[in-house]
Amino acid sequence: MTRFGAVATNARDAAEWSTGRVVRTNLRAIFGRAYPRIIGLTREPSWVFFEIVLPFLAVSAFVFVYRALEAPEEYIGFVVLGGAVTAFWLNVVWMMAAQFYWEKDQGNLELYFTAPMHLMSILAGMAIGGLVLTSSRALAVIGIGSLVYGVTYDVQEPFALAGVFLLTMIPLYGMGMLFASLFLLWGREAYHLAELLQEPIYFLGGVNFPLQAISAVAGVVIATLPLAVGLDAMRQLAFSSSPVEGVLPVQTEAIILAAMGVLFLVGARLALRYLEELARREGRLTLRWQ
Amino acid sequence: MPDELAIRARGVTRVYKAKPQPVTALGGVDLDVRPGEYFGLLGPNGAGKTTLIKILTTLLLPSAGTAHVAGFDVVTETAKIRRVINMVSGGEQSGYGLLTTREQLWMFSQFYGLPQREGWRRVDELIEITGLVEQRDQKVRTLSTGQRQKLNFARGLLNDPWVLFLDEPTLGLDVAAARELRDHTLSWKAAAPGRTLLLTTHYMVEAEQLCDRIAIVDRGRILALGTPEQLRRSVQAESIFRIELDQLPQNGGIAAIASLPGVLSAVHADEDGDGAGSDRVALKVALEDDSALTSVITAVAARGSQLVGLAKSEPSLEDVFVELVGRGFGDEDGVESAS
Repeated sequence: MTRFGAVATNARDAAEWSTGRVVRTNLRAIFGRAYPRIIGLTREPSWVFFEIVLPFLAVSAFVFVYRALEAPEEYIGFVVLGGAVTAFWLNVVWMMAAQFYWEKDQGNLELYFTAPMHLMSILAGMAIGGLVLTSSRALAVIGIGSLVYGVTYDVQEPFALAGVFLLTMIPLYGMGMLFASLFLLWGREAYHLAELLQEPIYFLGGVNFPLQAISAVAGVVIATLPLAVGLDAMRQLAFSSSPVEGVLPVQTEAIILAAMGVLFLVGARLALRYLEELARREGRLTLRWQ
Repeated sequence: MPDELAIRARGVTRVYKAKPQPVTALGGVDLDVRPGEYFGLLGPNGAGKTTLIKILTTLLLPSAGTAHVAGFDVVTETAKIRRVINMVSGGEQSGYGLLTTREQLWMFSQFYGLPQREGWRRVDELIEITGLVEQRDQKVRTLSTGQRQKLNFARGLLNDPWVLFLDEPTLGLDVAAARELRDHTLSWKAAAPGRTLLLTTHYMVEAEQLCDRIAIVDRGRILALGTPEQLRRSVQAESIFRIELDQLPQNGGIAAIASLPGVLSAVHADEDGDGAGSDRVALKVALEDDSALTSVITAVAARGSQLVGLAKSEPSLEDVFVELVGRGFGDEDGVESAS
């Protein structure tokens, strides 16, 4: 041993890793990348204002509109639930899809490329960290919204609800992982791309209204947007006795979510491979000054 | 087989697409770096140093040629190379500002698969070595430039790399911080034998202090390669001494000195506009090699002069560069934006 670490025999031997070591390294990389996001919960208390108070105000506006229009009381619950899910969408757009762009700017991306873990582990770490971070915010929005506006939930299948939530998160963050590579490939202004995605998805995802209100396009939306499918299924399970029906049965939506999960994760893997090839070939995607 | 070398490059070329015409950042570089060697790439901005490092660290593909690190091909065996290398660049802002110094290093240790306990132990060890103990719990965004670069250096040693790439590591640092970083690098050399360093720099002192061998690079080509001594010898074969005496030698004077065996020439240093002052005499003596100096000193003493000063005049690496390239470091017309 030296002050700088253990002395191995030679570089060639040091490069021979067992499959177990490769797997363990990637698992550690996932945890390592998730760490800054999880620790961020305690480091930046300003999130309470930006991530809870502001979304609560947006939810409140819709609550007042629905009450003024004497809409069914379930709509209030729909909006509160939509407000919570919105936090995940924002997290996916700003902290997943745009993240590689920021990472490149900071010089992290080239360090990720030269480290002995798979870049999918970095994306997975970002997703898990973001999920943990955002879950706390989403729960806060649901708690405060429900308390202030007296939302009554009717959950008859809590495990199904939890399952649908997880099934929603996989394609949602899978989409973020896919977009992370695409944002870097498409252009240099991730900021604008993120903004471009934000509002249309608010609308098409039906975060502030039941999707049935746009029934003509609801089917198409359900087939393409995990946020819309997941939210519709979660609303059906969280308000079981509501007269407002879902676009599709929960079981069907769960299958769609599972299929989307596979699709987006495979897509993310392929996009990442293409990104790496292009980065090495053209030399302009990982180098921070280019 | 190239596996006995830490780094092997043959005809490595890199051409970037650019308008109005492609830019050749590397034009057929051949390089052998032995295990345990500290090797420097010395050249101005746009010389192609960074491009070569990017290729060797698997970030870029060569347009032509082959390169191996630790015997592994940089094109097809990237995974194996990444297990035994690390890289630190000057002005690096990597990591996350909200983390503390200790957390940041630990996070990077996870990317190299260090087990939890081993990771923290290694982090604390490197914090101590790089003198960041007082900043260990300080958020990264509050560190000074010098502290930040020490942190980057520590990050580069987390996986105890077999080949460490330092790309302009002291760029933007003040004199003291740069010296400290160079000292850390030399400490690593002493503490981790068998490890190889590839350093790019355009600071002569840095290359000379850290490197066993240096390649002078310009416009994508290696112009000269050797030890600092060999490089200097390449532009000045003879040994030149400045000898200061209390008075001119008697019995033949300077001509007698010039006629000694092994002496190529002896002239008044004043003739070069380099006098010693009114009460001394300065001679500029060119010798075939250093061994002829003894006979010169003896001859001077025998002719009644007393030696009051002696200095060897050596060309600097910058002199070597100017000789090879025909211009100084400040006159480059580089293409760094493409490299």
